[in-house]
Amino acid sequence: MNVTGTPPDDYPALELIDVVKEYPGAPPVRALDGVNLSVAQGELAAIVGPSGSGKSTMLHVMGTLDRPTSGSVRIAGHEVSSLSDRRLSAVRSALVGFVFQQFFLLDGDSAIDNVATGLLYSGEPLRKRRAAAATTLDRVGLGHRLHHRPNELSGGERQRVAIARALVARPALVLADEPTGNLDSKTSDSIQQLLHELHDEGATIIVVTHDNDLADSLPRQVRFRDGRIEHDSAWVSQ
Amino acid sequence: MSTPHKLPRSSSFRVVDVIGTAAGGLGSRKLRTVLSALGITIGIGAMVAVLGLSRSGSAELEDRIAALGTNLLRVTAGQGFGGGDATLPEDAVAMISRIGPVESVSAVGTVDQSVLLNDLVNPNQTGGLSVKTAESNLVVALNGSVDVGRFLDDTTGTATTTVLGSVAAERLGVRDIDGTQVLIGGEWFTVVGVLNSFDDDTDDVDTSLFNDLDRAAFIGPDIAEALFETPRNPDTIYVRSNEAFIDDVIGVLPGTADPESPEEVEVVRPSDALEAQEAASSTFDNLFLGLGAVALLVGGIGIANVMVIAVIERRNEIGLRRALGATRAHIRRQFLLEALLLSALGGVAGVLLGAAVTALWADRQGWRVVIPPEAIGGGLIAAVLIGALAGLYPAVRAARLAPTEALRAS
Ligand SMILES: Nc1ncnc2c1ncn2[C@@H]1O[C@H](COP(=O)(O)OP(=O)(O)OP(=O)(O)O)[C@@H](O)[C@H]1O
Ligand SMILES: [Mg+2]
Repeated sequence: MNVTGTPPDDYPALELIDVVKEYPGAPPVRALDGVNLSVAQGELAAIVGPSGSGKSTMLHVMGTLDRPTSGSVRIAGHEVSSLSDRRLSAVRSALVGFVFQQFFLLDGDSAIDNVATGLLYSGEPLRKRRAAAATTLDRVGLGHRLHHRPNELSGGERQRVAIARALVARPALVLADEPTGNLDSKTSDSIQQLLHELHDEGATIIVVTHDNDLADSLPRQVRFRDGRIEHDSAWVSQ
Repeated sequence: MSTPHKLPRSSSFRVVDVIGTAAGGLGSRKLRTVLSALGITIGIGAMVAVLGLSRSGSAELEDRIAALGTNLLRVTAGQGFGGGDATLPEDAVAMISRIGPVESVSAVGTVDQSVLLNDLVNPNQTGGLSVKTAESNLVVALNGSVDVGRFLDDTTGTATTTVLGSVAAERLGVRDIDGTQVLIGGEWFTVVGVLNSFDDDTDDVDTSLFNDLDRAAFIGPDIAEALFETPRNPDTIYVRSNEAFIDDVIGVLPGTADPESPEEVEVVRPSDALEAQEAASSTFDNLFLGLGAVALLVGGIGIANVMVIAVIERRNEIGLRRALGATRAHIRRQFLLEALLLSALGGVAGVLLGAAVTALWADRQGWRVVIPPEAIGGGLIAAVLIGALAGLYPAVRAARLAPTEALRAS
């Protein structure tokens, strides 16, 4: 497997092979119990399932925030399950964008600076980071809110800023954990709309959600139960 | 969208960005930043001020010692056994002049009369001033200087002329010498000169080593004898000696000045008093430096405390940064630099505060303002070291936090 080179275009954006994640304890918790999943470039998929079924754990493993106990994780063709912590940081900086339920914006920074933070660890100079941030904020419909601070923005606007931050480095994969979990239904709809638009522009996005409306609106649904994939809409369509 | 991605070996965090991020972290918590830097400011400020004041104070003492010369001795008759003022023998000056290493000798005697501006003035109003006989070499022997006019010489020393010490002139309101006359013992004396203070590096006349001379009106011994029957016995003799032999000179002075009762003769080296003052002030300095060090320690602990709390409070920020690609080292650098900036900020403010206190206080004392560069440098270095020490543990803790742990909702 090619680690440092440029993978050919036809590699899946994400591939999980026999991924197991066990949390130590007595008895140990097997949060992921042999997960196999492939997400092609440009896909928009929902991961659903009851609470405690392992969705967040899988999102962390997919995004290299956590390592699998065993199995293989490949992002855009790069095998990442055996990389050092330092190399994983590079993977996150270059290949993965995250969107969280709690937004996690920096309160002291304006919208544009929050989005530019998405490029902070790429080594780009500030001027370029800001320019890219402005473009991306414009793309998520916040071109008129560049210099507002998080406490001057609505919940939906904050989540748009967070989405822009996840997109600004043009990652191979965007991972969103309950992106509408803190939003009312009307605002959720507009975020759902935005996800579709980004999908239409070619972004690869995986969304963990409890929101059935949102999940049903996406092209693919993967359903979890007890650390396993119980159902994947891709199976049916094949 | 199928942009092929090349994977770098590591993410990168440019130095300017580390600084910007750390400064931003402090800037978005201004009140806390100021309060936690305050401990360092007070500590460094106290140390700089102590060193600055001590240096300014000893600069003043050194100036006075230099002006005085460490080879000056004062010989007085001390107190006789029966009490009352004893005087030195009439030929004491001549005898002392014969001591080999002695370079110059000048005697001052007491005239038991008062000095008044005119006969309308109540004599009690010019209390504190005295009339003294002086030889023509007194000013030179004491490294003194004349403000206006001239000192007594062989001609004026025998006439009804007088020269006023600086305080005496001020008290009498004598500013110029154009025919100004004062009343000494009921006789009119023409003022031919006004002296500067004999210890003019001190602004405070009360601490002048030659307080008595500054408050005197000098007349010649001949005229004093003629008009007031003042005996020619001096009560104070100033001796300049070759410094290399000064201890020997001190040893033989009492016997030479008054062979009959050498035990009544007192020999003082005026510069010793200043040197003692300098030594005494440095013990106080150590006390204050110690207090400053305690303040610094407390300040350092304050910063460590604030940083530990910051790491706990900002768990989510740490997790977010890790998700955005920060390595452990990047997180460590950010928090370490925050602590460093915090203490450097406190240090710079402390140096400014200490320098300002020094300047204000020294100026009020009429001292030359000396702010030692090593106090400034030392203060800043101490601040940075404290920041590094205080920031290290919290920064390491922040870096160790696992990303998933850090991202858990708080
Ligand atoms: N750090 C951990 N240590 C031990 N067990 C954990 C840890 N994190 C998660 N688990 C356990 O792993 C299982 C899966 O958790 P996970 O958070 O992935 O569920 P989820 O599907 O995201 O649930 P929810 O919908 O409530 O967010 C749960 O049983 C949980 O208790
Ligand atoms: Mg979850």
